[in-house]
Amino acid sequence: MSIVTVQLGQCGNQVGHEVFSCLCRDLHGTHGLCSRRENQSYQDACKERFFWEEESGGLVARAVLVDMEPKVISQTLSMAARSGSWKYSEHSHFCQKQGSGNNWANGYSVHGPRHKEAIMDLVQKKAERCDRLGGFVTTMSMAGGTGSGLGAFVTQCLRDAFPSSFILNHIIWPYGTGEVIVQNYNSVLTLSHLYQSSDALLVHENDVIHKICAQLMNIKQISFRDVNQVIAHQLGSVFQPTHPAGGGSDYSRNPLGDLLEALVPHPEFKVLALRNIPQMPEDSLAYSTFSWPGLLKHLRQMLIANAKMEEGIDWQVRPPPPGSSISSHSTTKPLHFNTSIANLLILRGKDVHSVDLGSFQDPSLYTSWLKPQDAFHAWKTPRAFNKYEKSAALVSNSQFLLKPLDSVVGKAWNMFASKAYIHQYTKFGIEEEDFLDSFTTLEQVISSYTTL
Amino acid sequence: MTQSVVVQVGQCGNQVGCRFWDLALREHAAVNKKGIYDEALSSFFRNVDTRSGGDGPDIYKGKICSLKARALLIDMEEGVVNEILQGPLRDVFDSKQLITDVSGSGNNWAVGHKLYGCQYRENIVEKLRKMAEHCDCLQCFFIIHSMGGGTGSGLGTFVLNLLEDEFPEVYRFVTSVYPSGEDDVITSPYNSVLAMKELNEHADCVLPIENESLFDIVNKINQMMNSGKLGSTVKQNSLVTSSKGSAKTLQEKPFDAMNNIVANLLLNLTSSARFEGSLNMDLNEISMNLVPFPRLHYLVSSLTPLYTLADINVPSRRLDQMFSDAFSRDHQLIQADPKHSLYLACALLVRGNVQVSDLRRNIERLKPSLHFVSWNQEGWKTGLCSVPPVGHSHSLLALANNTCVKPTFIELKDRFMKLYKKKAHLHHYLQIDGMEQSCFSEAVSSLSDLIEEYNELDATKGGPRTDPSRLKIAI
Repeated sequence: MSIVTVQLGQCGNQVGHEVFSCLCRDLHGTHGLCSRRENQSYQDACKERFFWEEESGGLVARAVLVDMEPKVISQTLSMAARSGSWKYSEHSHFCQKQGSGNNWANGYSVHGPRHKEAIMDLVQKKAERCDRLGGFVTTMSMAGGTGSGLGAFVTQCLRDAFPSSFILNHIIWPYGTGEVIVQNYNSVLTLSHLYQSSDALLVHENDVIHKICAQLMNIKQISFRDVNQVIAHQLGSVFQPTHPAGGGSDYSRNPLGDLLEALVPHPEFKVLALRNIPQMPEDSLAYSTFSWPGLLKHLRQMLIANAKMEEGIDWQVRPPPPGSSISSHSTTKPLHFNTSIANLLILRGKDVHSVDLGSFQDPSLYTSWLKPQDAFHAWKTPRAFNKYEKSAALVSNSQFLLKPLDSVVGKAWNMFASKAYIHQYTKFGIEEEDFLDSFTTLEQVISSYTTL
Repeated sequence: MTQSVVVQVGQCGNQVGCRFWDLALREHAAVNKKGIYDEALSSFFRNVDTRSGGDGPDIYKGKICSLKARALLIDMEEGVVNEILQGPLRDVFDSKQLITDVSGSGNNWAVGHKLYGCQYRENIVEKLRKMAEHCDCLQCFFIIHSMGGGTGSGLGTFVLNLLEDEFPEVYRFVTSVYPSGEDDVITSPYNSVLAMKELNEHADCVLPIENESLFDIVNKINQMMNSGKLGSTVKQNSLVTSSKGSAKTLQEKPFDAMNNIVANLLLNLTSSARFEGSLNMDLNEISMNLVPFPRLHYLVSSLTPLYTLADINVPSRRLDQMFSDAFSRDHQLIQADPKHSLYLACALLVRGNVQVSDLRRNIERLKPSLHFVSWNQEGWKTGLCSVPPVGHSHSLLALANNTCVKPTFIELKDRFMKLYKKKAHLHHYLQIDGMEQSCFSEAVSSLSDLIEEYNELDATKGGPRTDPSRLKIAI
């Protein structure tokens, strides 16, 4: 089954481009470390998911590019074409001239309805080109106007036009300080709207990725390109083909469906985090060796201590002792402990079938609603990813986003109380009641996750 | 890609505007090596085929034929505009883009606004419409004028009004040169306050400029050059005051250096809209992020660096110095000290070889020493444009919505009241048709209200005493 990606706004298009580049690089990489047959299966599965192949052998991404101003899209298209190994198809983009001015209302209420037909037409064409449609992934940031506002509108349109398809929103959470002044308003409006129409929200935080670049990748002068490449690597480690949980030698054909089934048991809880280790500069790779027990130990602690990367993990945090009450109220759980609803572990590389996953099946990691065997899934492939001999990715539905979400909602509320910038939104049709509705939705989400 | 139209009104407006077009050509020449008419150029220039004599159709793609500025030059006396049309830039301006008269406005806002406004209204609208037709997607009007005179101040604000009526969807950015205390035009306080009312009500964003600040910057640069320490190693065309490399080869006139600073301000402001970058900042984003309340749209600007040394290596220390300088008092383009007043919002537009980590590092470093309003503690808007200005490897434009504009306005009001109490020179204004005493009282009242809004913010730091309580969810 194939996935159609919709890249929205400057961020969405820049990140989307890096994702396809990463997938293609991995696809053609010679460090698969597995049998030729395995590699061939992997490549075929990857191609089916994300690309279609031209007669000449060139790969064309299954993507739609949308932006309200032309500079980024034209840059993205030409960079892809220059790569020589993949490109976007000729009729895959839609752009306008003026941009959304960082105004969610402009993106949602003005550009959305105005351009709905043209955009959905592009999406429809891409969907028809798939032998079997496996769902949609949209990439967008929350801080600006197009990715956030138009992105929310387009997600709604996707839901209306494809009611039984899977929709995953890949969201970039802005830096805490200063990309855009009204980013908290835009984020609140985006999240509350996406919650209604999306199946799951996969979140990448700029602050976290920035730290990874600084401390793990040792990059001195970090550019947005560096940040986007780390994001692309992490996303690739989830979406590249794997064997299904139950074993079997074929690659899984329904990545989005399987992901959602594993991680989103209840529609009130759809925020997903991604952690991927190891992460290091390419030239250090040759000198490093990894062991599965070591990797899993770190990953598990990262999960329960809510650490976002493999440095500075708080090893003091422990799950509550097994004898304590298994009620789902947080009073018995120690503070700082990150409770999970569900976890999905994806292992790629050498000796992957001999890994002991018991530590992740510990019931104390989870809420009481699901039995650990239902709350935890593992996908594997012996085919190494992106030159890492062994790599482990953890996608989790847990309390990880509570603090950032609470902070954004708090700041937005503070600003809203003073009515600052509201006139910019009402100008385009978003009223104070709409803001209040959004705040209410998100307070509900915060409350739900807090009382896990 | 969008287009912008520049409307330059009065002597000051036209002189600054002239420098702007000159430096704009220089900037595009440095970037556009192949002579192809591209989208970046189209934001300020049309490409016209002049072979068919005079007014050929526009050429949208392909080689550059003849570039015409998207500008409207308005002056009620002919001297300045004529000089421009005889100078090296004569081919850049379309002969139909001019509106001139003979006798000037006599430093009288009422003459500019009411008399000439009325007289030339249709002419102005017609010419603006023509220019708008040549634009694929017109995003913004830039008005350049001074506040103290008659034409720039009066007719300039009339045009502002007109733009709101005729083109309500298009942004209006106004660059206003405010008179200094020792201004030799006695009635400049009247003209300025009358103009302020119009700016309050009809502009989207105002960038106030004070001659004193420009003068100080020019002096600073000259001192540095003459001190002999660094003089020989400064790249001449990197000076923010320099015309080097532009069309102007004659000896520079006294105001040229100062006007170049303002021209550079406008170039930097629009750079991210014209050129690519990893984090674009378009003009509509500036208005969106920096104007929390409709009337508080006065932005204090600063440009750094003022010059670049010729050595290529730029250690990050120097980069950090650029950020620090942007917040220092002597780099601001008005006499104000934003560091010691309250920030409502701040924007940083960086050009050149600067990455997001440099930006973040400097924001973290500078944040503790700045006071932000309570509901906007992280009020930073940032933009990264890959193309640096001519002569530099990187540069920074800082725009601040800050209560430090208050003293400028208070002084203006004081000077106004000094004259108004005695009714000095009032008759010159009242004898103009359409002008009444109430115009004056309304204008000063509008200014007082504005000052009061800034006072409120300063007093309360923008917030209620305690944080507003959040919505509670019943479980």
